[in-house]
Amino acid sequence: MKILRVNMSNLTIATENVPEKYYLLGGRALTSRIIYDEVEATCHPLGENNKLAIAPGLLAGTPAPSSGRLSVGTKSPLTGTIKESNAGGIAAQKLARIGVKAVVIEGKADGWYILKLTGNGGELIPAGDLVGKGNYDAGDILRAEFGEKTAVMTIGQAGEARMTAASIAVADMEGRPVRHCGRGGTGAVMGSKGLKAIVIDDTGAEGVEIKDKEKFKEAAQAFSKMLLANPTCGQGLPTYGTAVLVNILNESGALPTRNFQEGRFIGAEKISGEFMYDTIVKRGGKPTHACHPGCVMRCSQVYNDADGNYLTAGFEYETIWAFGADCEVDDLDQIAMLDRLCDDIGVDTIEMGVTFGVAMEGGLLPFGDGEGMIRIMKEEVAKATPLGRILGQGAAVTGQVFGVTRVPVVKKQSIPAYDPRAVKGVAVTYATTPMGADHTAGYSVATNILKVGGFVDPLKKEGQVELSRNLQIATSVLDSMGLCLFVAFTVLDEAKAFPAIVDMLTAQYGVEFDVTETLGVNNLKVERAYNKRAGFTAADDRLPEFFYKEPINTHNVLFDITNEELDSTMAPFDMEEEVAEAAATKE
Amino acid sequence: MKNLQLEVRLFAYLREKFPETLGGTPLFLEIAEGSTVNDLLIQLGLDQIDIPLIVMVNGVREFDEKVLKDKDRVGIFPPIGGG
Repeated sequence: MKILRVNMSNLTIATENVPEKYYLLGGRALTSRIIYDEVEATCHPLGENNKLAIAPGLLAGTPAPSSGRLSVGTKSPLTGTIKESNAGGIAAQKLARIGVKAVVIEGKADGWYILKLTGNGGELIPAGDLVGKGNYDAGDILRAEFGEKTAVMTIGQAGEARMTAASIAVADMEGRPVRHCGRGGTGAVMGSKGLKAIVIDDTGAEGVEIKDKEKFKEAAQAFSKMLLANPTCGQGLPTYGTAVLVNILNESGALPTRNFQEGRFIGAEKISGEFMYDTIVKRGGKPTHACHPGCVMRCSQVYNDADGNYLTAGFEYETIWAFGADCEVDDLDQIAMLDRLCDDIGVDTIEMGVTFGVAMEGGLLPFGDGEGMIRIMKEEVAKATPLGRILGQGAAVTGQVFGVTRVPVVKKQSIPAYDPRAVKGVAVTYATTPMGADHTAGYSVATNILKVGGFVDPLKKEGQVELSRNLQIATSVLDSMGLCLFVAFTVLDEAKAFPAIVDMLTAQYGVEFDVTETLGVNNLKVERAYNKRAGFTAADDRLPEFFYKEPINTHNVLFDITNEELDSTMAPFDMEEEVAEAAATKE
Repeated sequence: MKNLQLEVRLFAYLREKFPETLGGTPLFLEIAEGSTVNDLLIQLGLDQIDIPLIVMVNGVREFDEKVLKDKDRVGIFPPIGGG
């Protein structure tokens, strides 16, 4: 394995051996470690001193089921914190197969380039006419030129304009730009470097070395069976996708509605996973679809328009909630169009949906105006007009511009689809994760609402801090192995699942190590230490004021976890710099 | 003994067992006063299902022994996930 260092300032690419301290790191633990080691925490996120680290997980490119997540790390232009955003699609597995442990993009180019990667190294090619193109067209052009089977990662117009809601698109198996490193503006960092696209060709690649193939195969098959036998991973997700959550969060009175003013949406059934399933089947789409080869959960889908033509894919709960309930839109076709536009322009759907909710409260559009949002996405955001650029900076900036006080963000990143007052465990995660508000960083919804990993009452404060902390450790482990977070629905309830994952790692790398400590605890220490260097303090680990003052109508409760309790969540990961350094480098 | 009136919503693939609920239409049911969540599951034939169900009463997660009241809104879900 090697690390490719791409210097955009002088257009050179260096191949480096993997330092020993990185050998057992992958995915998030590796990208965070590289950013920690190499990027000044006080640098401007869009300047030449920031870097973009791209890494497949430790299990990428192997037959381990659902192990194709790709991590991208940087100092976020949205939050100012360290950032890891991960996506499915086919790039991670191809990177692993060409022997790349990480790609580090640094410096800043004059003009725009495409980075082409093969088993023989990399090459920077002028981007030419690709500049200005959306992700759909850009991907088609690149595959026509470099081969239909290549993996393509691109930024759209939003990344080129360095909007802090900009994502990096990762094409799926059909070549559609529907999987995104969405959160935290990684697309803006890629744009700031002058990098429009990355193309990965694994033709003739040797593939991934596995030290003990028999043992690996046995563990991978056992793990795969456990996933398929689990009713959530084997049945719920393949059938309905993540949108199945709309109804249960609505029923729980925790579906943020009308810019977090209410907890239930009267139009929920019309944007639900059940309704989406019926619509997809009726129109000849695909309700079940894998985002990368070897995923057994296949929670993606292909959504056709009313005429039966492809409209979008990878149509997620968070997207449907953000443009749906949060903006009071109950027309699934309008939301699907917004999803497609976000994929094409290259912006995070959560950030954009929440931004529109805030902008609606500020009077830009009436709540419920789906057509208005579609028009603004096409006419303003895609063209990077002044209004488009404001919205493209996300909810925090938009709230400021429109004078709105109800702005649901933590560390300037939009709070996703679970109301903090009514799902208190995930609210602890929003407040305390090093990432800014991010449900995936410690998905307490599983235990608060979905009966996974026991039950902790979502409306009470008891047990939420420990729940969030433990899930944040576990998530860091999964993100570092490149496993899809959704394997957690099995791991949290099936005692044999985590040992099977550890067996795969041991068989692949030929060493036994403390996986939880190395990829979980130590990584959180690294991320916390970075944020501290960047100037973040306990005062940043808080929710917006209105969650403490305005009760949610469905349960008449506030967010009532005290600052001291919040601060105890991450306290075990806070150490003096030198100690953190030593802990992080420990093999 | 008078009966309670319940508004029951079924979700995901549980709807296939009750075709009248496809599209999200709630079931309006009567059940004897003093009945619990478990009694309701028995009445619906969902007590023998081999998957753990999630039951919400008026938006709050409840368990088998919970005694139901008149006009309760009950939601029943199979194991689901996402995020």
